[in-house]
Amino acid sequence: MRPVGATDRAAIPLARRRRGAEWFVTRSLTYLVALVLALFVVAPIYLIFVAAVTPRELAFDYPRALIPSEISTETISFFLNASGVVPSFWRSVQVAIITLAIALSIGAPAGYALARYAFRGRETYRLTVLSTRAFPIVILAIPIAVTYIRWGLDDSVIGVAFMHTALALPFTVLITSSIFVSVPRDLEEAAQTLGCTPLQAFVKVSLPLALPGLAAAAIFTWVLSWNDVFAAAILTLTNQTLPAKILSALTQSPIYYQFAAGFVMLVPSLVVIFFIRRYLLGLWGRVVK
Amino acid sequence: MTARLGWAPYVLLLPSLVYLAIFFATPMAQAFALALQDRDGNWTLASVMRMIDDPNFRDSVTTTVALVILVLPVQFVLAMSMALIVNARLKGQGLWLYLYALPLGISELAAGIVWVSVFTQTGWLNTILQGIGIIDRPIIWQSSETPWLLIMTIVLAEAWRATAIIMIILVAGLQSIPPEFLEAADVYGATTWQKVRRVILPMLRPSLQVAIILRTILAFQVFATVVALAGTGLTVLSREAQRWATDIDNDHVAAGYAGLILLLSLVATLLYLWLLPTREEHRA
Repeated sequence: MRPVGATDRAAIPLARRRRGAEWFVTRSLTYLVALVLALFVVAPIYLIFVAAVTPRELAFDYPRALIPSEISTETISFFLNASGVVPSFWRSVQVAIITLAIALSIGAPAGYALARYAFRGRETYRLTVLSTRAFPIVILAIPIAVTYIRWGLDDSVIGVAFMHTALALPFTVLITSSIFVSVPRDLEEAAQTLGCTPLQAFVKVSLPLALPGLAAAAIFTWVLSWNDVFAAAILTLTNQTLPAKILSALTQSPIYYQFAAGFVMLVPSLVVIFFIRRYLLGLWGRVVK
Repeated sequence: MTARLGWAPYVLLLPSLVYLAIFFATPMAQAFALALQDRDGNWTLASVMRMIDDPNFRDSVTTTVALVILVLPVQFVLAMSMALIVNARLKGQGLWLYLYALPLGISELAAGIVWVSVFTQTGWLNTILQGIGIIDRPIIWQSSETPWLLIMTIVLAEAWRATAIIMIILVAGLQSIPPEFLEAADVYGATTWQKVRRVILPMLRPSLQVAIILRTILAFQVFATVVALAGTGLTVLSREAQRWATDIDNDHVAAGYAGLILLLSLVATLLYLWLLPTREEHRA
C-alpha cells in the first residue's frame, strides 16, 4: 500500500507540473499578443497627442522627438484660432444635441413599445428597423440635399441634425428597447396595483431604473452625429460642422493644423468611450442581435 | 392591460415610422430617381453613362473594391484575436476590452489624420525606422506615384479605427457560448487551437456573419480616411459622389455613385448569406 501511495504522490505533481508548464507558456504568449495588440491601438493615440503638443516651429523637425521636451498648447491654439473653427465646433455641438433630442424623443417610445407590449406587427417593425442598417447611409445624403433646397433647409444646422437623426434612430429604437427589456416589468405592475396610472408607473419606476442605460444610448447617438463627415460635407457649404470644416480645409492647411485638428476631434471620442465603458458590449453588441 | 391599451404600442411606434418614411425610405427611392432621370424628370441612362465615362470611375471602383478585400481579412484576424484575449480571463479583463474598444468612437477623419502623423515624410514611422537603423533617410510613403503604398496606409488606418466594432460583436457572441461546451472540450483534452477551431468558431458563426456583413457595408462607404491619407492621390466611390455633389454640382451623377455603393453592398451581402449560411437559416 505504501509504494502505491508513494507513486501517486510522485505522479500527481509531475502531471500538474507538465500541464502547468504548458499552461504557463500559453498564458505568457497570450499576454504577449494582448500587449502587442494594445500597443497597436494605443500608440497612435499617444503619437497624435505628441504631434499636437509640439510647437509649430518644430513641426517639420526630423527625426521627431518621441517624448516631447515640453507640452505646448501653441499648435492647438493656432488651430482653434484659425478662421471658422470655433463656430463650426459649436455647430457640431448643436447638431449633436438636436439629433440626440429628436432621436430619443421619437426612438425611446418605440423602444419601450417593443419591450413592453405584445402586438401584431411587432416583428415586422423590428425587422424593418433592423434592415435600415443594410443600406449604406452615403446614399441618403445626396437626395436629401436636393430636397432641402426645396424646403429651405440647405446649409442649416437643423437640416444636418434631421439627417443625423435618420442615421441614429434605428440604433436608438433597438438600444432603448433592450434597455427597457432589462427593467423588470413586475415593478411597473406593482406600482399600478398600488394606485399608479400606467404613465405614473413608467415615470416613477421604469424611467429611473432605465436612466443609466438611456444615458449611454444618448452618448452613442451623440457620437454618431459628432463623427459624421460625409453627410455634413454634402449638406453644408458655409455653415459647416467641425468635421466638414476640417475636411474642406485639409488640402490647403499646414500639417500642424491637421495634427491639432485630429487631436481635437479625437479627445471627445475617447472621453465618451470612458464614460460608457460599462455599456460597450450592451450598446454595440446588442444592436446587431 | 395589453387588451385595454391595444392602441398604445401603435401610438408609440408611429412617430418613428413617420420619421423613417420621410428621412429614410423617401430619399432611398429618390436616389434612384435622381440617378435615372434628367432635370425634367424623363427616364434616361445619360447620368449613368456620364458616370461610367468619367476618367475617375474605374479608379474609384478598383480602389474601393481593393480596400474592401484587403481590409476585411486583416480586421477579422485582429478582431478575433482581441475577442479571444478579452474572453481568456487575463488579469484586468475589463481593461483589455476597454483598451481595444478605444477607437470605437473615433471618426474616420480623425483616424485618417492620426495615421498621417505616422506616415508623413517627417513622421513617426520614418523616425522610428531610422532610429533603429533600418533606413538611413526618410521614405516617402504617401505619394500618388506609389498607389499601393497609399492603399496600405489606408488599410492600416481602417484596421486601427474600425476593428473595435467587430471585436465587440465577437465578444458578445463568445459570451453567449455556454461554458459547459468548453469544459467538455477540456475534459477530452482539447488543445486551445482545437477548442477555437471545433467549438468556438462554429458557435460564433451567426456573430461572424453579422459582423462581416456590417463591416463590408461600411467598408464600401470609406471616405474621410482616404481623403486624409491619399489627398487626390487615390479616389473611392463615396469621394466621387461627394465631388459630383458639391464641386461639380451634378446631383444626378452623384446619386449614380451612391446607387453603385448600394448595389455593391447588396451583392456582397447576398454573397455572404449564400457562402456562409448560419444554422438557423438551414433549418428555416
